[in-house]
Amino acid sequence: MQNALFHWSFAIPEIWVLAMACVVLLVDVFVGERQRDVAYVLSIFTLLAAMALTWSQMGQTGFAFFGQFHLDPFTSIASFFVELLSLLVLSYSRKYLLRRSLYRGEVFVLLLFALLGALILISGANLLILYLGLELLALSQYALVAFQRGNLRATEAGLKYFILGALASALLLYGMSLLYGLTGTLDLHQIAIALVNVGSANYLLMLAVVFLVAGIAFKFGAAPFHMWLPDAYQGAPTPVTLFMSSVPKIAIFALFLRILVDGGYGSIEIWRQLFVALVVVSLVIGNVVAIAQTNLKRMLAYSTVGNMGFLALGIVAGTQNGLASAFFYAVVYAFMATAAFGLIVYLSREGFEAEEISDLRGLVRTRPWAAFLLLIIMFSLAGVPPTIGFYAKLAVFQALIEAHFIWLAVFGVLMAVVGAFYYLRVLKVALFDAPAEDLAYGADDPLAASVLTVNSLALLILGIVPGALVAFCYHALQGVL
Amino acid sequence: MHSFGLLSAAIWAPILGGFLVLAVGDRAGGNPARWLALLVSLLTFAITLPLFTSFDTHTAAMQFVERVPWIPAFHIAYFLGIDGISLWFILLTSFLTVLVVIASWRNVSMRIAQYLAAFLIMDGLMIGVFCALDAILFYVFWEAMLIPMFLIIGVWGGPRRVYATIKFFLYTFLGSVLMLVAFLYLYFHSGDSFSLLAFQKTPLGANAQIWIFLAFLIAFAVKIPMWPVHTWLPDAHVEAPTGGSVILAAIMLKMGAYGFLRLSLPITPDASHQLAWLMIVLSLIAIVYIALIAIVQQDMKKLIAYSSIAHMGFVTLGFFVFTQTAIEGAIIQMLSHGFVSAAMFLCVGVLYDRMHTRDIQAYGGVANVMPIFASLMMLFAMANVGLPGTSGFVGEFMVVLGTYQVHPWPAIIAATGLITGAGYTLWLFKRVIFGGIIHAEVAALSDLNGREILVLGSLAVFVLLQGVWPAPFLDIVHQSVAHLLQQVATSKIPG
Repeated sequence: MQNALFHWSFAIPEIWVLAMACVVLLVDVFVGERQRDVAYVLSIFTLLAAMALTWSQMGQTGFAFFGQFHLDPFTSIASFFVELLSLLVLSYSRKYLLRRSLYRGEVFVLLLFALLGALILISGANLLILYLGLELLALSQYALVAFQRGNLRATEAGLKYFILGALASALLLYGMSLLYGLTGTLDLHQIAIALVNVGSANYLLMLAVVFLVAGIAFKFGAAPFHMWLPDAYQGAPTPVTLFMSSVPKIAIFALFLRILVDGGYGSIEIWRQLFVALVVVSLVIGNVVAIAQTNLKRMLAYSTVGNMGFLALGIVAGTQNGLASAFFYAVVYAFMATAAFGLIVYLSREGFEAEEISDLRGLVRTRPWAAFLLLIIMFSLAGVPPTIGFYAKLAVFQALIEAHFIWLAVFGVLMAVVGAFYYLRVLKVALFDAPAEDLAYGADDPLAASVLTVNSLALLILGIVPGALVAFCYHALQGVL
Repeated sequence: MHSFGLLSAAIWAPILGGFLVLAVGDRAGGNPARWLALLVSLLTFAITLPLFTSFDTHTAAMQFVERVPWIPAFHIAYFLGIDGISLWFILLTSFLTVLVVIASWRNVSMRIAQYLAAFLIMDGLMIGVFCALDAILFYVFWEAMLIPMFLIIGVWGGPRRVYATIKFFLYTFLGSVLMLVAFLYLYFHSGDSFSLLAFQKTPLGANAQIWIFLAFLIAFAVKIPMWPVHTWLPDAHVEAPTGGSVILAAIMLKMGAYGFLRLSLPITPDASHQLAWLMIVLSLIAIVYIALIAIVQQDMKKLIAYSSIAHMGFVTLGFFVFTQTAIEGAIIQMLSHGFVSAAMFLCVGVLYDRMHTRDIQAYGGVANVMPIFASLMMLFAMANVGLPGTSGFVGEFMVVLGTYQVHPWPAIIAATGLITGAGYTLWLFKRVIFGGIIHAEVAALSDLNGREILVLGSLAVFVLLQGVWPAPFLDIVHQSVAHLLQQVATSKIPG
C-alpha cells in the first residue's frame, strides 16, 4: 500500500476534531466564567458533527497518507462508538463539573484531544502513528485524572497513572522497535508480509510480542498489569473515570487489532498463550478482589479487570468470530461502564461523591427510578439475560468453544458466577437495606438523568432485541483476517 | 399453524402487563394495581386456554410453532412450540399466577404494585421456558426468571431474606452457566443451529454425551432440587413471602424436571442410560432421607419444602426407569405437586397471616375455630400423602408401578417414601389442626374469608379432578411421552 495516494478526505473526522479542539481552546480564552456554556455547547456540537462525518464514511475502505492511515468498516464503526461514548461522558458530567468548579474549557479540550488520540489509534496503519495516537490519548488522560489540583487523592492517582502509564508506553515502544528491527518496516501491512519469513519460533519475535502484549495489557488494565487501575479510577473525578472506563477500552482493542492481528497475526501462537495467562489471572483477580471492596468506584475498577479477562477470551479464540466477539464485548462493556459511572455522577453532589457502596443504602425508597436503572446495570454487568451484557459473554464463549477452548470456557463461566456475587451485593444494599437518613443525593440534573435513563434502558432493550447491534459489531470485523 | 402468535401472546401479555402495573404504582392504596394485575393474569390464563382446547393429542410433533430469526449473526431464532409435555405446565403457570394475585390481595401491603408486577413478569418468563425451542431463548427465559424471584424474596421475604435470596440466586446461576457451555458445544455439532429439535437429532460420542449430561444435571438438579444440592430450597422457601413460595414450589421446581424431559433424555440418550443408576440412587436418597429430615422440622414451611424435595424424588425416579407408565406418572406427579404444594404453602400462608408464626408448636386445635380451613387442608394433606382419590396417589402409584416393572428393589424402597410421607404430613396436620386449643391466640382465629375459599377451593377441585379422573391429563401427554421414549431408546453414538 506504499503507493496509496494522499487521500486526506479519509481523515476528515480526525481533522475536524483537531480543528475544533483548537477552536474550543481559543474560544474559551475569550468567553468569561459566565459564558462557559459556549465552550460546552461547542464541544457537544463537535462530537455530534464528528459522529455525522464518521457515519458518512461508513462503507468506504482504503489507505491514506501513503499507507499510514486506514479506513475500513472497523475504523468507521469503532470511531463512531468512541465519539458517541465521549458525547455521553460530556452529557453526564455538566452538573458534576459545575458543582466542583471544574467546569473549565481545559476539560473539554483535553477530552477532545483524548478522543483524537483514540481516533488515531483506531485508524493508524503504521507503528509510529499508532504510538502517536496512544500517547495523545494517554497524556490527555493523565492531565484529566489530576485535574482537581487541590485534591490530594486525585494528584496521587494522576502521578501513579502517569508513571505506570509511561512504563507501559515504554514497554510497547520497545516491542515496536524489536518488531522494526526484525522486519525493517513500520508499516503494519509490510510487517505482516515480512513475518511470514520470520516464523513464530524466532526468539526476537517472541521477545517483541511479549513486550507488545505486556504494554497492551497494561493499557487495557488486565491483571497482573492492573496495579494503576483501582487507584486511578478511585482518585479521578468520576466523569474522568467514566471516560477512562469506556473510550480507551475500544481504542486499545483497536491497537491490539492493528499491531497483533493486522501486523503480527503470524505470531498468533505466541500471543495467544500470553493472553491465556492474562485471562486466567484477570478473571481471578478481577472477580475475587472486587468482592472485598467497599468503594463502588474501586469495585467497578476491579470489575473492569475481570471484564478485560472476559474480553480477552475472545482474543484467545483468535478466530474471525473470536476477534469480532472481543470487539462486541469491548463496545458493550463500554456502554455498561458509562451507565454505571454515570449513575454515580448523577447521584453525587457537592461534597458527596456517592462512591461508597453504602452510599446507595435504600436507594429504592429515595430514588426508585435510579434503583431500577441500577438493577439493569448490575445484572447487565453480571451477564444475566435479558440484558445486553449476557450476549457479550455469550459471544466470547461461543467463539472460545468454536476454537476448542472448552475448559477455559468452563473456567470463564464459573468466574462469571463469582462475579455475580459482588454485583448482587450492590443491589442488596440499594434494594433490600433500609435507607439511611443522612444521605441526600444530588439535586435535579435533568440532562444527566435523561442520558442515564436512555443509556441504562438501552442495556435492557438491546438485550431483548440484540440482533442489529451484534450484526453491526460483527460487520466491523468482517474480513479482518 | 392457524393460531399463530398464541404462545408469544401468552409470554408477552403478562410481561407488558407487569410493566403497566409498575407504571400504575401504589396510588390509591394499591387498588388500581391489584385490579389491573388480576385482569392481566386472567387475560393470560384466557390466552393459554385455547392451547388446550385446540391441542391435537394424536401427534407428538410441536404445535403452535413460531419461528423467526432473532440474532441472525449467531443463528439464534425466536423459536416457540409446545407438545403434550409442556402444555400442562403452561396452563399450570398461568392458572397459579391468577391465584397468587388473588391470594396476596390484602396480605401484602408494602409496595404492592412492584410485588404484583414481579409475579406477572415471572409468569411470562416461566411460560417462555416451557415453550422455548431454541436453546439460547430457553436459557434467556431460564435465567431472566431469577431476577424477579431474587427481588420477591429479597424485598418481601422474612428476617433472613437477604442471605436466602443471594444463596438462591448464586446456586441457580452456578447451576445454569454450565448448561450454557453445553449448549454452545452442541451448537457446533448440530450444524450451527441452536434449535433444541436439532440438538435432539445430533449424533454425539459417548464421552461428549456424559459431559453434556453432567452439565445439564447440575443445572436441573439445582433447580429441582435433588440431594445434595438442595440446601438453597429450605432457606428460600422459609424466607419467601407466600406467593413466592407457591411459585417456587409449584412451577420453578418443575422446570428442572422439565429440563430432563426436554433436554437430557432426548439429547443424551446413551448417557442417560449409562448414568440412570446415579439418578435412581439420588432420587431414592431424596425420597427416603429427605423425608426423614422433613419429619423433624419445627417450621411448617420448612417441612413442606423438604416434602417437596422428597416428592420431586419420585419424579426423577420415574424419568430414569424409561417406561411409559413411570414417565407419565412422573409428569402427573409434577402437576399434582404443582397443585398440592401450592395449596399447602397457601394454607401455611393463611395461618401465618393470622398468627405471624410458622412454628408448629404455636398451633394446635385450629380445627375448633377454623372448620372450613381444617377440612380443605385435610384434603391437601391427604393429597400430599398420596391417598387414593387425590392427585397425589395417581402420580406416585404410577411411578412405583412403572419402576417395579424394571427395577423391583428401587420400587420397594421408593414405596417406603409413601409411608414416611404419611408420617410427616399427618403428624404436621395433627399437631396444627387437631387437639385442644393450648394457645390463647389460636382461640381468636377467624375462619377463611371468601377470597381464601375461592383460592383454596379452586385448587381442591383440581386435586380431586386429577385424582378421580386422570384420563384427560394422560391423553395429552401420551403421544409426546411415547415419542420421547422412542428417542431415548435410540442410540446417538455415531458409527
